Formats: sequence, structure tokens, C-alpha cells
Amino acid sequence: MRGCQQKAVTAMASVSNAPTHPDQTQPRVALVGNPNTGKSTLFNALAGMKVRTGNYPGVTIEKKLGTCELGDQEIELVDLPGTYSLAPRSPDELVAVEVLTDNVAAHGGVKLIVCVVNALLLQRNLFLVSQLLELGKPVVVALNMIDVAESRGIQINVERLSERLGVPVVATSAAKRTGITELKKTIADQLDSDTNEHERCRILPSEFYSAVATFRETLNSTSTKTGASESKISDLPDDYLLERMLLDRGGEPETRVIAQYGDSARVALTEIREQLAAELGDPIDIECNARYAWAREKLSAVFTNESHPSSPVTDRLDAILTHRVAGLVCFVITMFLIFQTIYTFAGWPMDLIDAASSWMSDSICAVMAPGMLRSLITDGIIAGVGGVLIFLPQIALLFLFLALLEDCGYMSRAAFLVDRIMTTFGLSGKSFLPMMSSFACAVPGVMASRVIENRRDRFATIMVAPLMSCSARLPVYLLLIAAFIPETSYIGGWLSLPAIVLMSMYMVGVVVAIPVAWVLKKTILRGEVAPFVLELPEYKVPSLAVVLSRVWDAGKAFVIRAGTLIFAASILIWFAGYLPGDHSKQYQLQTQIEQLDQSSEAAELLVVELNNESSKLLENSMLGRTGHFIEPVVRPLGWDWKIGVGALASFPAREVIIATLGTIYSLGGDAQEEGLVGALQASTYDDGTPVYSVPVALSVMVFFALCAQCVSTLLVIRRETNSWFWPILSFSYMTILAYIGAWLTYVVGSRFL
Amino acid sequence: MDLLRLILIKENLLETTLDQLRPGQQANIVRISGADGIASRLREMGFVPGELVKFVRPAPLGDPLKCFVHGSRIAVRCGEARRVYVKPVG
Ligand SMILES: Nc1nc2c(ncn2[C@@H]2O[C@H](COP(=O)(O)OP(=O)(O)O)[C@@H](O)[C@H]2O)c(=O)[nH]1
Ligand SMILES: [Mg+2]
Repeated sequence: MRGCQQKAVTAMASVSNAPTHPDQTQPRVALVGNPNTGKSTLFNALAGMKVRTGNYPGVTIEKKLGTCELGDQEIELVDLPGTYSLAPRSPDELVAVEVLTDNVAAHGGVKLIVCVVNALLLQRNLFLVSQLLELGKPVVVALNMIDVAESRGIQINVERLSERLGVPVVATSAAKRTGITELKKTIADQLDSDTNEHERCRILPSEFYSAVATFRETLNSTSTKTGASESKISDLPDDYLLERMLLDRGGEPETRVIAQYGDSARVALTEIREQLAAELGDPIDIECNARYAWAREKLSAVFTNESHPSSPVTDRLDAILTHRVAGLVCFVITMFLIFQTIYTFAGWPMDLIDAASSWMSDSICAVMAPGMLRSLITDGIIAGVGGVLIFLPQIALLFLFLALLEDCGYMSRAAFLVDRIMTTFGLSGKSFLPMMSSFACAVPGVMASRVIENRRDRFATIMVAPLMSCSARLPVYLLLIAAFIPETSYIGGWLSLPAIVLMSMYMVGVVVAIPVAWVLKKTILRGEVAPFVLELPEYKVPSLAVVLSRVWDAGKAFVIRAGTLIFAASILIWFAGYLPGDHSKQYQLQTQIEQLDQSSEAAELLVVELNNESSKLLENSMLGRTGHFIEPVVRPLGWDWKIGVGALASFPAREVIIATLGTIYSLGGDAQEEGLVGALQASTYDDGTPVYSVPVALSVMVFFALCAQCVSTLLVIRRETNSWFWPILSFSYMTILAYIGAWLTYVVGSRFL
Repeated sequence: MDLLRLILIKENLLETTLDQLRPGQQANIVRISGADGIASRLREMGFVPGELVKFVRPAPLGDPLKCFVHGSRIAVRCGEARRVYVKPVG
């Protein structure tokens, strides 16, 4: 769905109208921390509702900005993606480091860093803290999850920790909103005190720093030797990046400096590393040993009691949920229950929306005489937008489940369970979250693929994510299932045929994704298997606020979309179905009928006449002519021209098909009391044979399951891959597969059903 | 020779790799081979020489492996686990 979409659009807008620091007077504060430490929750606690998301120009790092009021001044907050260290391994990660080190002037300097650490994993989190202290910026440590730590009996002497680290430490619980005021006050104090002259912490051995100095000299002389201009010298990377160059073999800073200074830099780098290795050991060991030793030293006597119990609940749950048999069974049952619930529980709110929209339609008919405007409102707008809005309950439920799974910690277990299966066709367990999100909407799904560090795995995931059945396809499935799949149930009502068909439609995308990913990984994305190291967070009771806010955002975006895009499309399609044509006879008949007693014989005769007139008008409209023009193409799929035109109209956004069919059948006079479902069931060819049969319905569903009918997804792929090649590939292969799939379904279906 | 090796491993006298441990077995990390991005990622996430690691259990299909190290649960594939040299305890 399209919560996402709205976001994607603003993101793109913010990239194009560049200046990312609108107000120079607002000091910028960055939130940094390991994944799952509560950064986003803390961000929301600090910034409240004033949040904007966007992207750093040219790369795919998400930028989340918010404003926070600290007494008399306002600051700008930046939420950076979660990271375990500041060793950049890709251009994206380098941007995060550059934002922090001030290297990119255009990003606006960060004045203060708030490092969010998990009180339960303090020692490991100090690894990142030690790197932040080396940047020479003021740092405030937010000791988050303090509520959980306390409930486990872990006591931390915050003052002593602050003394040891030499920076303010504030105990917070972002979820329970404790310590937030104190954190704000500490940030304000730090910003007020003269902070620009901050000492860079030196945690690594002194031999290392002298090696860095030597390397800097070498680079300096290299640039002059090659006759470079003076400016190149001032371009010299700052201290932090120079240090990373020595430490990270094959890292991004190394790549960049070699690109800039050529082979001589590579030679110099190798030489210095060898020298260091002889003195102190491998650079990678130097760093790791120094930082962990530092962390151990800082933490000694900080814990007032020595027990660090880990969560026994998590271990017990994991024993079941990742068990060889029980784990897989639970996984399948969970996924199945989600689909079954979406199908059954959304029924009554849907009936409510349905009733509301027919009530609106009826009241308008009661007060307005038949005419063009009335037709536009009832046939165009209410039939179109109402037909889409009715799926709001299902979409809210789908997002509810996704948010619950993610917030309780199960999503990473799912990645753990399916990793082996995903690797056989070239993806990884980390592709699970993007793909699962794509069941809601491919736009956030594609964006979630950022968690995959490996480029090839990431692109393969982006290519197959849109095959997952997003919530925009759901209306199409639900409509056709309601119309053509009998309500048979099995096992005492636990399993119903419609739910099975719905689940199969979701499976179609998954099953097709397997060979597609496999082929991609064998051809254009060939390469070594990427590493997989994934933290499995502790299980917890999902936070109601987090879950509900996600459902709310998704629902709001869906309604906005129905109110704008679908609204506009409905009107356009109504015009195309209304013009050209002389509707005076139709209105005359409508007026006559409305004056007569509805059940009288004369009225029934007139209704038949009206329907004939309406469908004649529709067939001769622009929509009807286009439909007949493309009919030969869709004939092999078992479709009539109305479905064909609906599919064509829904290439920009797939829900448009519902609006289109709604308008077509409403204009054509086919819509009866039972709404669109009844109109589909009643629709016939000229010779009286029904248009839809089960194979036709399935063929339409399969087409929609596989086709790339979403401009937003293609645009977000373009943005995430930084090239037009991938969206074009995605569009072409999906459309071709959709046509073949629909054709096969129809041919095979007609033979056996 | 193999038999001898097996006995030695069993008696915790020889170092082995993380993927060779029994489910539930604990070991001390001795070293991590390699100096590339994967090696540093493992270190950042808590696989540090001297640290105690517990191999909790493999995923249903044998890969990846769930471990407990430095206070948190971390899943690594066998490929990465083979780079972690350990000496079993207890
Ligand atoms: N108990 C507790 N839970 C928290 C706290 N802070 C965050 N959480 C929860 O931890 C989870 C991860 O938080 P999130 O903000 O998404 O972490 P991020 O990955 O660092 O952005 C969410 O489910 C939060 O509700 C806290 O202080 N106490
Ligand atoms: Mg976050």
C-alpha cells in the first residue's frame, strides 16, 4: 500500500530541492546507536510529531529529521540508521560517517551526537561509543532500556559511568518516556557550553597514531608530486577517515583514497599496514582489542551488582519458535492465521463502508434529477472511490500483523528460520523482512532492502519484492473471490475455500520469485555468497503505541490515496466512459422509472430498456472503443473488453481496476443492489453466456498477482538502485510473466474446472 | 589420525571452530581468521578473542547457527562460524 508512497514522494522532493539545512541557526543533533537500541522511539519521544523523512542526495541512506524544543532554543534531530560501528564498508555507510565528521559541508554540521546504548548490552555498545568519542564532537550517552535493566536486577552507577567516559550519561526509557526531560536538559547544557574545542579521544595505541601521521605525510607529498593543485591538499581526508583507511582492509575510505591518489597511495598504505602488523599485530586486531579493553576498563565497578541475567523468557520461547520441527510449524501456522484473519475479521467493517457508500449514492439520487453531474458523482466518484475505500479494514489488519511481528521480535527469527531456503535461490534470510513488508506495499519493502549490506543480494531482493502480493492487489482478489469462489468450508469451518484461494494468490508471487531470483543470481548478479550475521533481539510485548501508529499511518495514506489519485482516476475514467454520446434518452428513462412504482411491470420493462441504452452508450464511448481495440490481446486470457480496459487503466496503480470496473458497470447500468460483486456475477456477453467463470476470475487474479502495475514502486526502485536499468527490467519481466501466467491459468483452468 | 583428533577435541584439548560445537556447548574464542569486512563485522558484534561463546542451536535446516555471545543472541552462517576458532570449555 501506499503510506509509503507518500513518503517516497516527499523523499524524492527533498532530494531535488537540495539545501538540507534550511535553518542555519538550528543546531543539528544526531542520534546514533546499534540497531534495536530504541533510537527511533527516542527520536519520536524527543521530536514528537514534527518528523520529516528523506534521503541523502545521491545515496540510499535514509534521513529522518525532526525538530525538538529545548526550553528557549530549537534543535534539529537526525536519526541515522542503526550501526554496530563507524567502519564504513559501502558508499552509503560512508555518508553516515561523513555526516558525523562534518566532512560534507552540504549536509550541515552535526554539533552534538547522542549515542543511544542498550543498558543490557552495555559492554558491546561501548565499541561504538569509543568510535564516536574519537570524532572530537560533544557526545551525550543515552543509557536506554533502563526499565528493562532494572527489572532484571542490573544496577548501573550512571554517575560513575559518566565520569569514566568523560561525557554526560543519562538513563532513559524511551518506551516509558522516562529520563527524556533530563536528556533534553543535558543536550541543551552541552550545546550552550563552548563545545567546538573538543578533544579527540585516543583509544588506540600511540604507535598507531604515529603511523597515521606518517601516512598523512606520504599522501601530502604524493599530491604535490603528481602536480596537483593546492586545493587537493586541503581535500585531504580528515583524521578519522585516515585512521579508518589503515584499519579497514577493502573498506570504503581506502577505495576512495586510492581512486583519488592513485596507485602510490595503495603502495604506501600496504607498506604502513605491514609495518604496523610487525609492531602491533594486524590492524583489525589492534582496533578490536583496544576498544574492548577500553570498554572493560570503563565498565569495571560501574555495575553495582555482578549478575547480568539474560532473558530466560526469550530462551524458552526460542526453544520452541526456532525448534527444528515446532519452529517451522509455528512459522507456517502464523503466516496462515494472518491470512485467514484478514479474510474473516474484516467482514463487518467492510459491510459498514459498503452500506455507507450505497446510502450516499441513494440519497444523491433522491435529491438530484438524472443528468451528467449526478452520473459523475454516483457512477464516477462514489462507485470508484467507495469501491477502493471498502478495503481499508483489510489493509489496517495486514499492517497491524506486520507491525506486531516486527515489534515483538519474531521477524528476525523468521529470517533465521528461512535463511537456508532463501540461500538456495540466491537470496538471504535478511531478504525476509523486505519481502514480508512488500506484502503490505512494495515501496517500503524496497526501501527495507537497505538492511542487506551485499549489493547483489540487495538488488535481487529489490527485483523480486514487487512480486509479493501487496495490499493494493488484495481488493482485486477479494472482489473476484467474493464473486466467484463458493463459500465452502472444511475442518468444521476452520478452513474456508476463499481463504485458501486468497493464500494461493499470495503464494503465486512467492513461487514465481524463486526462479526469478535464482536466474538473476546466476546471470547479472553473479558472485560470491555474502556473509550473514544477524542479531536476534529479545522477545517483548509489542508496544501498542508503535504498532497503532504504523497502522494509523498506513490507513491514513490509503485514504489519502483513495481521495486523490483514485479520485482523479475515477473521474477520468468516468469521462472516458461517458463521452461521446447522447444521454438524453437515458435520463428520460431514468426519470420515468423513478416516478413509477419500482415493482410494477411497466417499471421493469423500462429498466430493461434503460440497461440496453446504457450499455450501448458505454460501448460507443471512448472507453468502450479502446476496450474493443485491445480485446484481441486479452481474448486469449479469457477476458472481455471491460476487464481489458480495467487492466490497462490500472498500470499506474493497480487499485484503479476496482474503480474502473465500478464505473464501467455503473455506467453500463449493470450495477444492482449487490454492488460490484453482483454486477460481475450478472455480466454476460451479447449471446447471454456469462463473462466470468472461475478460470477467468483466476486468470485475472494471477495477472494482477504478477504484473508491475505500480508507478510508485518503479520510481522507488529507480531511486534505490540509482539507475533506470532496474525499474525497466522489473517492469518488463513482470508484465511478460503476468501475461503468460494469466494465459496458462485460463487454459489449464478451463480444462480442469 | 582423525580418531586422535576427534578424541582430543572431545577432551577439549584442541581448538576447533564454532560450527563444530555441539548444541548447547560453550567455548572460549581463540581467534578469528581473516582481516576483511566479515571479520570486523563479527568482532563488532561481540565475537572477540577471550570471550565466551555458546552455540545454542542450528536453524531447522542446519544453517545458520544461533549463538550467544557478549550478552546477545546472534545468528551466523556456518561459513562465518568456520572462521571463529574456539576452545571448548566444560
Ligand atoms: N522496554 C523498553 N523498550 C524500548 C525502549 N526503547 C525502545 N524500546 C522498544 O525497542 C524496540 C526497538 O526500538 P526502535 O526505536 O525501533 O529501535 P532502533 O532500531 O534503534 O530504531 C521497539 O519495540 C521499542 O518499543 C525502552 O527504553 N524500554
Ligand atoms: Mg530505527
